Amino acid sequence: MSSALPKSVSKRLSQIGIILVLIIGALFAGFPVLWMISSSFKSNTEIFAYPPSLITDSFSASAYRTVLTDPTKVRFFINSYVVSTLVMIFTLFVGIMGGYSFSRYEFPFKQALNMIVIGVQAIPPITLLIPYFSLIVLLRLYNTYPALILTYMVFTLSYAIIMMTGYFNTLPRALDEAVMIDGGSSFVALWRVLVPISLPGIVSVGVYTFMLAWNEFLFALTLTKTLNMRTVPVGIQMLMGQHSYEWNEMMAMSVLGSLPVLILFLIFQRFFIAGMTAGSVKG
Amino acid sequence: MTVTTRTSARARWYKTSKRLAPFAYLSPTLVLLTILSLIPIVMVFYYSLMDNVVMNPDPVFVGLKNYVEILTDDVFHTALFNTLYFTLMSVIFHLIIGLSFAMLLNTDAINPFTKALFRVIYILPWVFTASIIAILWRLMLNPNGVINYLLEWSGLISQKIEWLGSRQVALHAVTFINIWSGYPFYMVSLLAGLQGIPNDMYEAGTIDGANKQQLFRFITLPQLRPIIISLAMLDFIWTMQQFTLIWMTTGGGPIRATEVLSTLTYKMAFSSYEFSLASANAFVILALSLFVAYFYVRHQGATNE
Repeated sequence: MSSALPKSVSKRLSQIGIILVLIIGALFAGFPVLWMISSSFKSNTEIFAYPPSLITDSFSASAYRTVLTDPTKVRFFINSYVVSTLVMIFTLFVGIMGGYSFSRYEFPFKQALNMIVIGVQAIPPITLLIPYFSLIVLLRLYNTYPALILTYMVFTLSYAIIMMTGYFNTLPRALDEAVMIDGGSSFVALWRVLVPISLPGIVSVGVYTFMLAWNEFLFALTLTKTLNMRTVPVGIQMLMGQHSYEWNEMMAMSVLGSLPVLILFLIFQRFFIAGMTAGSVKG
Repeated sequence: MTVTTRTSARARWYKTSKRLAPFAYLSPTLVLLTILSLIPIVMVFYYSLMDNVVMNPDPVFVGLKNYVEILTDDVFHTALFNTLYFTLMSVIFHLIIGLSFAMLLNTDAINPFTKALFRVIYILPWVFTASIIAILWRLMLNPNGVINYLLEWSGLISQKIEWLGSRQVALHAVTFINIWSGYPFYMVSLLAGLQGIPNDMYEAGTIDGANKQQLFRFITLPQLRPIIISLAMLDFIWTMQQFTLIWMTTGGGPIRATEVLSTLTYKMAFSSYEFSLASANAFVILALSLFVAYFYVRHQGATNE
């Protein structure tokens, strides 16, 4: 109907069209990332060279060397790793138990509590910031790891509980009942039976939690003060004010700061996507 | 006799423990959520009714005075307008770009490997954190940066544009950055939704003589509707709260051109130490968020049944 062209040719043409559009889309999505990587290998004088190019004569990894040998900057990374890992562990521990409770028990106010857990996700961080500031100072936690770990859990925890409840709901109750008939407690049923078979769900929650913590900015900016307590996202900002724009170093640090999430993403793509779509798509 | 009492005691203990068990498992959650959300919200509301707390050792109750002050302040109006512009444009373009990419990735015209490769590239912006995205775009949107070069080279502009430094374009520029960084969330969710549409629906439509546009309008869109509504509401809530991206690109400037509610609140609290005004502001943002969240929860509840 549409043309005199043989079917195979018109199919071929539409395929070429689709690939062209795909490439334009890929440039939109990927070019900034490519530019970040490219700039991290330039010398600072060539960042704004005219005309710009992806690979310059000064191509070198010296910006990376500078970042990785500067104890202040390495400390940003250590802080981020420590805080994110601990947030992930605590969130999983508390979230698994919360999810188990919602999935396996009927109790008074269950519906209301469930609504609160979901609703917490809608609370804007900026609303919590001012009271958190007072509370953290009051608890003498200002400028410490626990200040960040505790406050990050407000976002990671409700996510973990919702996801774990959903995951446990897919597992038959006969599993825990078998343990209880053998004389085991619900505690044994949870940690010895349900947790091992829920590993895919737990990994997905863990990875997502780690990422949320790794990316957090507002609380880290406000609840820490000294350079040695700063995390990567805030540390990068400090770099910006401090020097007269060492763009290549900032880009190198951006690449290094994105690597953990990027690597986690590439390994656990399936889990990530499950986590991303959980809020909007019904299985 | 003793045996029966013992078993009944055991049974009773068993029953009680079973009744308490769910609360035992939830106790860490309840403690944390009380400290981290209930108490802070009560605190911020209390602060908002007082005359400058934190800085003033003897704050006095002033009722709604702070609310009247911010709601009649021009800066608040600017910030509210900017927030709504930033949020609405982001939601609309996230949806358009996310849906287009999802449909591209869902065609049968390309082989699975190419598809997987492009999918990873398209998700890339989502992997980067807001502060890194902000710095990257500051570099690219610098007057001497690569974006201006490419636009000049292609003849689209005749002189360099101060993307983040000019009052006329800064808001559009930060909105664009947010659009770039946020669409993958839509794309991934919509792709999952597209894959969930049964193929025979399209076959039936084709047999009935529907063309591609009609298939899209009468099958694809209605099937994706619940996902699109959820995504738009979630995105609306999150984008309205966006702080990092704006803070690190323009800091709300130049001269309030990109001031949004969250940056305004932050400045009130931590630059001018007006903690009570900031609290009133923060409470308004909370109310706006919960307003949208209420519809989101209701919508989710309706689609669950």
